[in-house]
Amino acid sequence: MRSWLWLVSLVLTACSGPLNNPHGPEEAGRNVLFSNFGPDRPKHLDPARSYSSNEVVFTGQIYDPPLQYHYLRRPYELEPLTADGMPRVTYLDAQGRTLPPEAPPESIASTTYEIRIKPGIRYQPHPCFARDETGRPRYIPLRAGDLAGIRRLTDFPETGSRELVAADYVYQIKRLANPRLNSPIFGLMSDYIVGLGEFGRMLQAVSRDLPRHAYLDLDRYPLEGAQVVDRYTYRITIRGKYPQFVYWLAMPFFAPVPPEAERFYNQPGMAERNLTLDWQPVGTGPFYLAENDPNRVMILRRNPNYRADFYPDAGEPGDAAAGLLADAGRRLPLLDEAIYRLEKEDIPQWSKFLQGYYDSSGISSDTFDQAIRIGPDGQPDLSPEMSARDIRLTTAVRTSIWYVGFNMLDPVIGGATDKARKLRQALSIALDYEEFISIFLNGRGIPAQGPLPPGIFGHREGEAGINPVVYRWQPDNGGGRPVRRDIAEARRLLAEAGYPGGREAGSGRPLTLYFDTMASGPEAKSRLDWYRKQFAKLDIQLIVRSTDYNRFQDKMLKGNAQIFEWGWNADYPDPENFLFLLYGPNRKAGKNGENAANYANVEFDRLFAQMKDLDNGPERQRVIDAMIEIVRRDAPWVFAYYPKSFGLSHAWAGNTKPNLMANNTLKYRKVEPALRMAYQARWNRPVWWPVWALVGVLIAAVVPAALAYRRRLMATVG
Amino acid sequence: MYAYVIRRILYAIPILIGVNLLTFALFFVVNTPDDMARIHLGAKHVTAEAIERWKTEHGYDKPLFYNASAEGAARLTDTLFVQKSLRLFAFDFGQADDGRDIGREITTRMWPSLAIALPTFLVGLAVYISFALLLVFFRATYLDVAGVVLCVALMSISGLFYVIGGQYLLGKLWNLVPISGYEPGIDGVKFLILPVLVGVVAGIGDSSRFYRTLFLEEIHKDYVRTARAKGLPERVVLFRHVLGNAMIPILTGVVVVIPRLFLGSLIVESFFGIPGLGSYTIDAIQAQDFAIVRAMVFLGSVLYILGLLLTDLSYTLVDPRVRLE
Repeated sequence: MRSWLWLVSLVLTACSGPLNNPHGPEEAGRNVLFSNFGPDRPKHLDPARSYSSNEVVFTGQIYDPPLQYHYLRRPYELEPLTADGMPRVTYLDAQGRTLPPEAPPESIASTTYEIRIKPGIRYQPHPCFARDETGRPRYIPLRAGDLAGIRRLTDFPETGSRELVAADYVYQIKRLANPRLNSPIFGLMSDYIVGLGEFGRMLQAVSRDLPRHAYLDLDRYPLEGAQVVDRYTYRITIRGKYPQFVYWLAMPFFAPVPPEAERFYNQPGMAERNLTLDWQPVGTGPFYLAENDPNRVMILRRNPNYRADFYPDAGEPGDAAAGLLADAGRRLPLLDEAIYRLEKEDIPQWSKFLQGYYDSSGISSDTFDQAIRIGPDGQPDLSPEMSARDIRLTTAVRTSIWYVGFNMLDPVIGGATDKARKLRQALSIALDYEEFISIFLNGRGIPAQGPLPPGIFGHREGEAGINPVVYRWQPDNGGGRPVRRDIAEARRLLAEAGYPGGREAGSGRPLTLYFDTMASGPEAKSRLDWYRKQFAKLDIQLIVRSTDYNRFQDKMLKGNAQIFEWGWNADYPDPENFLFLLYGPNRKAGKNGENAANYANVEFDRLFAQMKDLDNGPERQRVIDAMIEIVRRDAPWVFAYYPKSFGLSHAWAGNTKPNLMANNTLKYRKVEPALRMAYQARWNRPVWWPVWALVGVLIAAVVPAALAYRRRLMATVG
Repeated sequence: MYAYVIRRILYAIPILIGVNLLTFALFFVVNTPDDMARIHLGAKHVTAEAIERWKTEHGYDKPLFYNASAEGAARLTDTLFVQKSLRLFAFDFGQADDGRDIGREITTRMWPSLAIALPTFLVGLAVYISFALLLVFFRATYLDVAGVVLCVALMSISGLFYVIGGQYLLGKLWNLVPISGYEPGIDGVKFLILPVLVGVVAGIGDSSRFYRTLFLEEIHKDYVRTARAKGLPERVVLFRHVLGNAMIPILTGVVVVIPRLFLGSLIVESFFGIPGLGSYTIDAIQAQDFAIVRAMVFLGSVLYILGLLLTDLSYTLVDPRVRLE
């Protein structure tokens, strides 16, 4: 009987949609976004710990920091999210007196950010908020037998909710200092938030005496730099002036965490069931994590308690024509659910996208030629195969930069001498990144002219924006374009540096340089060969020193590398977040900073200190121009390229404008399920003839064998 | 026999300690606790204090084998090796570096691995043995030659080709099954068809050839001639007598594999999106999560020893002449 039921079920399953549909039949036609994650699964979903892009995909939809980036406007613009306005910023001097906004930075001893949140915002339903009939928490503390039969969060029969209050934000700021959480921004924030470093050291001493999963009640310990003003208002105090702090307020690190959630999860028996705040977030965002099986699938579902939040009614020019304002004023989120399935390999993920089972996809190097054609004007466009499927292409220059760094502590390539500078300048010309982008990135990048990518204040386009050390401006009918300087100029610089023909003047010894990299194996070989070829243009011998991640990090920390390849993704869209990569006191060797080249220039550092406190405007642009001119001349980096992201989406997927800064864009996305089902049915009709052909082949093979067998049995001796 | 089993179990203890020691030494030769901390803390804003905090929090702040700052026996016990290894013998695997309970992960992930490996193993065994017996039946005919050529051809193709080819043909071109994925329960049957089919086809070449060789050795023996002389049908001769007498070499290769079916396969699990133990181990190696690596190596060793023991025991079942003393 059971086997019959199974068979019937299988047939019904098969009849309910395309046979190769990886999603359940009950999911067809629902207002659900289908996407994927991987190859690595998220490690942390605790907003104090999560930093990787594959984690923020989830935490960004669940947790609500006070601010967010406007979905459509460019350049990127902050706006209130749970806050009822932008933070009220007050500058104070050493005596605690209020200073005017235009006060010189050196007179500002501290800055307060007062944030008032909107009343009436409620958390997602969660057992930590459940109350019994007497009004006490139902599951805090757990009673005997409460965990019997509990394997997942949804097994708790009772849930509750409560209003978001300012104290939840303060609690989360304290959590950044919790030594058990190891927040990646604790070190950075300790430099700014008043008292956070001492608070962390105090917590370390307290937590040492507590059992591993015991609850550490942060409310018992005050933090000077984060205080509740009233039920809906809190205040953050930072040292000095740090205008970029406001960008951190748009990241999940500064989202609220209810203390009862941490108390709930820190009870005996919870960690053994993988029920931790790190895996089961509790937020006020548009979605909650309905299923968390990071080995297979993660499901975000519409938060039934989500407040009134609406699609923006204005964007940048062209948004209306692109249909991006069609949903203006609609209540968010537009989706009921988003299902993310783990894909460890590119090929299955790409095939499922082409079958219509994922709504959008990136483009890997393997699939680029299938998806994209580069037109005669050099612009990318969809291939005929993609166009025939009504797939759409979106591109955006990422707020990132890749560069080749010279270790400025190195006796040959580093230092501020004219000789070393000219050597670096010669190499900057020789490394032809136009060729690199064409060969290795399929055109998905823009040769970099400086440390600031497009979209970041301070970046200049056109002739004013070129790096004159490496490029010259060539006027044409379209206005002009940068052209890489001739290799002869690089040779001249090399000779002036004391290496005519790639040999040391005097001794005649060939110049040998060392490229330190984590890249190895067949995939990296062609790229490393390309580097050798570029250096060989100047008759310089390049020796590649490949090593693993750990050894490479170790070399960088000790300042033992000579030439290396490195990249940076912006934390926030401000020039400070790029230029600090060249700030002397921030050097990697010895100080563990992000200045991997260990570059130090007194004038640059002075201008940096000035620039970081300025508001965007002509004065800041002037300072940035001067800083960029210095680094172009000193050439501690070969500015390689700004990568471009290419995304594909199906006709039924809407509002797919890339926003590389915002973490919470899922609430704007939409799908048309009926259209998706129609396309899926059209693209995935089963082809049965191979099955019948196989059966035929088997019959053709078995019948003669059976006949032969029968003949042999019947055969008689003689 | 019980004394034999107990003795073998006791033999296993020093082997497992040795395996543990070797894993520990190899892992920490190439990875220091600082390296592990750096990998887990990410690329940005990693300070020396954060590294120290991570090591303390995860218990990697102790010396590897000898703690000179401790007193008495604690010099040996308050070390990374003892603290991290002893609990394994009670099958207490502890927590991964991302905080998840390893024991729970293993019990969760072994079922998807088993869901693929068990049918592949059983169907494969039946297919390979039947195919080999068929070749033996038609030995020295064009069918035998064609079968052997087919086997050699199948052996010569990379396993990855079967995976990608299977996904392309059945999943993408003919739209008959999902390309990859996994669901527990009855909904997951559609995801199993392709990996099981690929697994079986990929093994036909070498397994069938191996079994064919075994059977050919048996087919000329006296007892086979006697069976035929008694008038037994060839089907009975092959499947009962030849197969029965070839069981010892078959069991040597087969039974040892059974306990390890839980551990899954790296390639199959990665390409078909199966959340099993094979991908768990590889992910842990890539993430330098020593807690998982250590647990999986230990579990693999235990299951391998168990498999060898079961193999020895199974000999007594198929050959009454074998006695375990």
